Amino acid sequence: MNGTTAFWYASRATGIVALLLLTVVFVLGLLVTRQGRLPGLPRFAVTSLHRNISLLAVAFVAVHVLTAVLDTYVSIPLASAVIPFASGYERFWLGLGAISLDLMLAMIVTSLLRGRLNRILWRAVHLLAYLSWPVALAHSIGSSRDLQHGWLLDLAVGCALVVLAAMIWRLAGAVRQLPRAARVAAMMTKHATTRSHNPRESAAR
Amino acid sequence: MADTLRVNPIACSGHGVCAELLPELIDLDEWGYPIVDPHPVPPALDPEARRAVAACPALALRLLKRP
Amino acid sequence: MTTAVNEPSATRHPHPTWPYAPNEAGHAQQAGHAQQAPQARPAPTLPRLLPTPQKPESLRAHLTRLGPVPYRSRSNRTDRTDRTDRTDRTDRTDRTDRTDRTDRSLIADIEAAGLTGRGGAAFPVHRKLAVVANARGRKVIVANGAESEPASHKDAVLLRLAPNLVLDGLHLAAEAIGAREAHLYLHSGPNPEILRALAERSAANLDRIDVTVTKAPPRFLAGQETALVNRLSGGPALPMFAPPRVSERGLAGAPTLVQNVETLAHLALIARYGPQWFRALGTGAEPGSMLATIYHAAARPEVVEAGIGTPLSTLLNKDDAAQAQALLVGGFHGTWLPMPHAAELTLDNKALSRHGAALGAGLLAALPADRCGLVEAARITRYLAAESAGQCGPCLNGLPRMAAALTDLARPHRPDRQTRADIERWAGLVTGRGACSHPDGTARFVKSALIVFAPELARHERGRCSATDPRPFLPLPHGMPTTEEDWT
Repeated sequence: MNGTTAFWYASRATGIVALLLLTVVFVLGLLVTRQGRLPGLPRFAVTSLHRNISLLAVAFVAVHVLTAVLDTYVSIPLASAVIPFASGYERFWLGLGAISLDLMLAMIVTSLLRGRLNRILWRAVHLLAYLSWPVALAHSIGSSRDLQHGWLLDLAVGCALVVLAAMIWRLAGAVRQLPRAARVAAMMTKHATTRSHNPRESAAR
Repeated sequence: MADTLRVNPIACSGHGVCAELLPELIDLDEWGYPIVDPHPVPPALDPEARRAVAACPALALRLLKRP
Repeated sequence: MTTAVNEPSATRHPHPTWPYAPNEAGHAQQAGHAQQAPQARPAPTLPRLLPTPQKPESLRAHLTRLGPVPYRSRSNRTDRTDRTDRTDRTDRTDRTDRTDRTDRSLIADIEAAGLTGRGGAAFPVHRKLAVVANARGRKVIVANGAESEPASHKDAVLLRLAPNLVLDGLHLAAEAIGAREAHLYLHSGPNPEILRALAERSAANLDRIDVTVTKAPPRFLAGQETALVNRLSGGPALPMFAPPRVSERGLAGAPTLVQNVETLAHLALIARYGPQWFRALGTGAEPGSMLATIYHAAARPEVVEAGIGTPLSTLLNKDDAAQAQALLVGGFHGTWLPMPHAAELTLDNKALSRHGAALGAGLLAALPADRCGLVEAARITRYLAAESAGQCGPCLNGLPRMAAALTDLARPHRPDRQTRADIERWAGLVTGRGACSHPDGTARFVKSALIVFAPELARHERGRCSATDPRPFLPLPHGMPTTEEDWT
């Protein structure tokens, strides 16, 4: 195939790196929610890394998009980066990329304005991550023949497995966390038995 | 203008990031929840205070203007 | 349709005319009477709030006893949805007048009277009224009759015996602040008298705005101001984080005035008889009268109305002085004081605050000497811990631990040396660190119990207990909340 340019290679490379970075960001985000720690690092390292790597990831996505647009071999209008299904080339799979990018932009913008926004609103937008990442993965595999075989496919599958494992760990934590109304009752039971040996003085009275 | 740190105790879930970033003004109790110095933030610590507010994963820490 | 009656009864004395003759506003319920003699003002003695004899008072009896509802401004009848043409409208009522003319003169009278809230916080009422009155836009008023304090019965008694006085206060305050939306928040359980009063007033077209009745869930925190707003918005009765205050942003974002039903009853009397009449009882700094729930050591509990500053020895009886070991003042967020010393105090915050106590919800409970104070305190603390909203880490963690530790101390045995120190530490840790004052009040209750029942604590450490009666003294509701429904 002649006519493949440096731009095209750059787009594919930065796309792969972006996918890896976004996978790391996603897992770090779950780690923050579950108040997990990275060994040897303070708590604020988890939030800091999550935030900084997400900005790095978006930078790579930006280069990935720009190089794809600049490449002349296929015609990809700039607008199709954010307007889904607006490109002639690989309309559907690139459209997914645009959707994922739109969601990412919403999350980034609300996070940059975090201090000024309503807490509930910020969190609601941030939950779009659960949609954005899988869509990005689908875009990656569907729009690039590279990722459909060989070590790049292994890489994509590896990312998916890591995210899946992290999600299961996150859900396990959620399941173990009691709903608010039951928390007090559980706390009363837990502390009544450690102190009192007298069954008459049970917490329920 | 002196600002004061306030925790929204309902939003707070005890991540503890604030206490790490601002140990001069925020301590953690035996359950991991922040004990915040109620006095106005000394001007020298203002940047750290803002950093702590921004870093709270639950958006539970606020800097309020002195009423 | 009842009209005001002017014959002075035997206990009333005519007084010099006070600036606002009640019927000067020309409100339309004075059917056919273009002018009336000023309403005779009763003597400034007790009882003020409750009717004699103490039976539920109908609308007719209420208006006979107290006269008409003294609205300050002309009626804006377009507020009501059930507008029908009635012959009792005078020609002076301008039906096309749509401006909401809120008359602030009542607020000035409330300020002169020095009325403070009777719901527990004792906040100056005129200030709350002014904040909401001065706000722009839609306003809401709520009469708080939830009385979530299990040992307090004053609001229930008031709503049963003098519901119209409470409703008068609600509507007069609504007029003063310009509220067009009114709510009545009631304790769960039957409330036939207040509902009857609402029906009678509606039939008589007595009021200018509609009142929505909402029942509170049987939770200790249900009557808390932000929990109330949360409940009225259709959510659970859970406290919300304070800034901004509900008087600035409350129900659906509108400035909301929340007042205890007893406070509104006093307001309704001040509106009729003026600040000087109100100040004829009470002290200079804390004027007026108040309702108190008294649990006697050896007699049935009662609700009494007393002037603020009344010596507690007058309210308590001889058995209380002789047989009580301690007095719980205020409520479950109040303070235990030793007896018989507490009987020397007076029923006002100035005197009580010198001993770390406050009027609170108006509870005075004289614990008999034959009970174990620690057992009583422990069971109430377990109740308070179980009633935590569980939203704030310190309260959720601290209160159950305090309750369990106090329960341990309530058992005659040698306790772990850390237990007492733990309780004190936890009490300090929870204070001021919740979204509401539940942890603070519980800590106060527990700390005062450890002080007042220290002799009992010493006996327990030696394996002994002085109590001969194991029965609980103060009432506690059954059933701990465990699901979201328990809060709605």
